[in-house]
Parts: sequence; C-alpha cells; structure tokens
Amino acid sequence: MPNYELIQQDGLETSLLEVSMGPHHPSTHGVFRMDVKLDGETVVDLKPVFGYLHRNHEKLAEAMSYLASMPFTDRLDYFNSMTNNWAYALAAEQLIEIEIPERAEYLRVIMSELTRLVNHVSLVGFFVNDLGALGTPLLYAFREREKILDLFEQASGARMMCNYFRFGGLRCDVPEGWLDRTREVVDRFPKFLDEYEKLLCENEIILSRTQGVGNLSKELAINAGITGPMLRASGVNYDIRKVDNYGIYDRFKFRVPYSKGKVGDCYDRFMVRMLEMRESIEILKQALDGIEAGPIMGNAGKVFKPAKAEAYGRVEAPKGELGFYLVADGTTQPYRYRVRPPSFINLTVLQDMCIGQQVADAVIILGSIDIVLGEVDR
Amino acid sequence: MTTPNTCPSVELDDATRAELERAGVIVSKVDFLYNWARGGSIWPLTFGLACCAIEMIASATSRFDISRFGSEVFRPSPRQADLMIVSGTVTKKMAPQVVRIYNQMPEPKWVIAMGACAISGGPFKQGYNVLKGIDRYIPVDVYLPGCPPRPEAVLQSLNYLQEKIRTQDIKSDPAFTEGRRQYPVPEFTGTDLEPAYNPDVWQPPANPNAPAEEKVEKEATA
Repeated sequence: MPNYELIQQDGLETSLLEVSMGPHHPSTHGVFRMDVKLDGETVVDLKPVFGYLHRNHEKLAEAMSYLASMPFTDRLDYFNSMTNNWAYALAAEQLIEIEIPERAEYLRVIMSELTRLVNHVSLVGFFVNDLGALGTPLLYAFREREKILDLFEQASGARMMCNYFRFGGLRCDVPEGWLDRTREVVDRFPKFLDEYEKLLCENEIILSRTQGVGNLSKELAINAGITGPMLRASGVNYDIRKVDNYGIYDRFKFRVPYSKGKVGDCYDRFMVRMLEMRESIEILKQALDGIEAGPIMGNAGKVFKPAKAEAYGRVEAPKGELGFYLVADGTTQPYRYRVRPPSFINLTVLQDMCIGQQVADAVIILGSIDIVLGEVDR
Repeated sequence: MTTPNTCPSVELDDATRAELERAGVIVSKVDFLYNWARGGSIWPLTFGLACCAIEMIASATSRFDISRFGSEVFRPSPRQADLMIVSGTVTKKMAPQVVRIYNQMPEPKWVIAMGACAISGGPFKQGYNVLKGIDRYIPVDVYLPGCPPRPEAVLQSLNYLQEKIRTQDIKSDPAFTEGRRQYPVPEFTGTDLEPAYNPDVWQPPANPNAPAEEKVEKEATA
C-alpha cells in the first residue's frame, strides 16, 4: 500500500475498510476480483486477483496439432473470435510460408472490422450499464450486435465461436448474397451510431461521471505496454494496422482516432471507441467495393511439420495488440504456444488509475479498460 | 400452459365445473396455482462465468426477450434469486465460489448447467484447472448443451425448467420440506479441489471395462 494517512477527525475513530469485489460481482465483466481498501468512499489501495477463468489454453495447445487449437482461440476473447483467429493464423503462416488468396485477404479484413464493431458497440453498452443506465443503451447495442452476428452465422455457421480462419485462407467462402447483406448492415450502421452518439456523447451524467476519472498519462501508458484504444485515448498515435500493415490494410484509407492533448480519462477511452467505429465502417465500405471473386484457400495441408523456428503474429484486435508466439520444434505440435493478451496487459494499470478515486468510479474505470476474462486468465 | 380451471388433478364432472365457472369459481389444487405462479416468474441470478454468459445476456435482449417467459428480472444478489444459470467454464479456483453462491440462494432454487463446460468441462476437460462438471457439487436441474448454446436454447431450457416446476409437489419436495439446502463447499488447494466430488450429489459412473476378476473375488469373499 502506498504511503497513506488516514483522514482523522477529533472524536472520530476511523479505520480502513477492506472490500472484496468479485469474483461474483455484476460489474466485473466476468469472474474478476478486486480487493480494495477504502477510506470512506475513497480507494486507498486496490489489488486485482484473477485466475478464476484459467482454462489452460496454452498448455492444451502444446499437446495438439497447429490447426486443432484454432477453435480454442475463439474462446480467448469471446467477443472477437475472428480477430483471435487472424492473429493465430498470422503466426502460423509465418512458420509455413504460404500465399493467401486475394479474396481471402479481403474477407479477413471485412470479418475483422465487423468484429471491431461488435466489440466496441457492446463495450459501450456495458460501460454505460456500469454507470447505472441499466438496460436501454445495452439493449440498443445488442440489437446492432445481433445483425452482425447473423452475418457471422451465415458465413461460418456459428454466432460467436466462428472458427472461420485457416492457415492460408478461410474455411469456406461466404454464401451467395452475403456481401450485399453486409453492405446493407454497414450502410445502416452510421444511422445507429448517430442515434447512439446523440444519446450518450453529450449526456450530462456521462460527462460528469467519466471526465477526469481514471486518468492515464501518456508516459505510464507507454511504459506499461498498454495497446489499443486505451493507448490511443492517452494520446499516442499507434495502431498496428498502420504500423505493421498486416493483411492488406495498406490498401485502405482510414484515420486512427486518438485523443491529442487530453488527459486519457474514461471519457476519452469511450470516445476513441465511438470514433473508431466510424473508421471501421470506412474500411468496410472500401473492402466491400474492392472484393472480387476468386479462391479463398491457399494450398496448405491440415497437418504439417514446420522446421525449427519461432514466429510472432500480431493484429490490432479491438482491445489492443493480440499476439501469438509460436516455437516450432519440427513436429506437428508447437513446442511453445504463448498468447499476448491485450486485456491482461491493459489491466496492469488498474491500480494506478483507481487509487484516489471513489469506489463507484473504480467500477467505471474497470469497464473502460474493456477486459474479457477469457483472455485475461486464458 | 393449461389454465387453472382445466387442472386434471381435481376430480369434478364437467357440468359442475361449468356451473362453478359461470359463478366465477375455479377449483384447483394449491400445488397447481403455486407452481404456475413460480414457474412464470423465475428470477435468475446475474452470474456470468465465461463465453456462455454473453449468450445468456443476449437471451435477455430485445430479439430473444426472456421476459416473455417471466424471467427478465436478473438479480445480482443470490439472496433474491431462484435460478442459477451456471454459464460457462467452472475452474477449480471458481468452484468453491459457485457452491457458496448456491448455498446462499433461498429455497426453492434451481440450477441450469449452461454449455459444455458447465456440464462436463467441455473442450477444456483435458486441462489441469477445469472442473469436469458442476454437477459434482450441486444438483443440476436442466443440462443445456452447446458451445455456447444459442439464446433460443436458453429459452428452451427455461421452458423445460418450468415443466419441471409444474410437477413439484409442495408436501414432499425437498425444496419445501428440508429448509435451505446447503452443500459442503470444496476447498481449492492450489492444485486441486478437496474433496473431488460430493458423493451425495454425484457418483462416478461404473466402469464398463473393469476387469472381471475383482467381481469374482468380491463374490468369493461374500
């Protein structure tokens, strides 16, 4: 606990109150626990406790063939199965060096950006839910989410656990008319965003609850290895889609929203995500215009033995940099399989952001980090 | 759902029943009314463990709308909830908490094991840290398979539960006769759970491939 002197008043004996929030707590976004020490309502110390959803993902993957852990990556960050698939495919494709057909690249971008919409729209819903707006914004968010999940279901057969990517391409082509339906959804999405922004962005309660709460300085964000919208909300212009240009992202024109000269509070994190959705729509429109017919799968076998090598594949997942590190030892199974989960590493600054805030704000700060416990604990 | 005045358990000839209905009188068993009311207003616990929790939330949103079945009142506190939907992977670290929350729920209470993980460990069954089914520690009423189950499946499992509630007998059901049922909370030792299962609730299945000699020996000693 940092040096802290209890607020003392004559005639009043006070002491610190220790509260264990979680693992069963409606605002912890899963099974996460915060051990907080409170002086009245002020958070004096906070200790995150996790591991309640440790599903030994990495260990299981080391005992199965490369392709067999693809469905397990779906269950890491269960909002964004498509980007998880992509990051893993990128890592494995480095090991076996395979050409990816043009149509597959386009579909990968489309799926990835649709996933970003799903994630951000649900996050904003949950975030506002944490603020106390129970219901309406979350219901609006899930209404839009369902439309995109329908598209995923038509393409891959599953709503959430898509398992759609393969090394060298995709599992199957999208059905007939899918691109038109996607275009319809994408064209209608800005109208929903207008409504959502009108409802939330200048809402007085949201402004007063989130502005100046949970400040994260640029220096701390960089030093702690924060990535994704959270880093950009602290004023760093860093997006792996621009840095790495993985896939075919160099062909698309889009902007990276980041909050320049702001403090990096909860409101900035919320706004960065709202703006990012607009840019995703721009990418989707360009990708839907550019996609052409063709094969969707390169010729990779289902079981292969890569030579001894290491590979690291990373994507800009909706929550930050998602990376897969693979060590191949010449067999059909990886020798080491490691996930670099964005939400786990973003969570490390929770304590710094929460100390000195009110206990009710700790809930919002946690919500604005955007964690998913499947990815934190793996 | 059958309406109270057609309750089959009360023996009345049709003429008498019709006459009573005209007078605004319904003849039924207390069980029937009680179960009908409870089945139509099950309050689930806001209790998300993993991926399945998202589909559970989705079943409460506008497209699927669980409130059509009277269960939209998700309560964050176990003291106010009737139904625990174990939605997702139960790890060994989490299992004691799940049992503790179950113990805190007032009677009558029910459990839906949602998803492959809660039923049996699912895809993570081979791992070292996943409980191979929550039914080892608490009684489960409805098993809902899928990975994750669709929101429609959540609604169907709720319907199955309502059917089950309709057959409960207030006089003999343990939910009403035994007071609040509590089960021993297992202890997480850092590597495993102690005990490995609750023998009152769950028994390991008989091994069909067990060697025949043991059987003979047992018979001989008997």
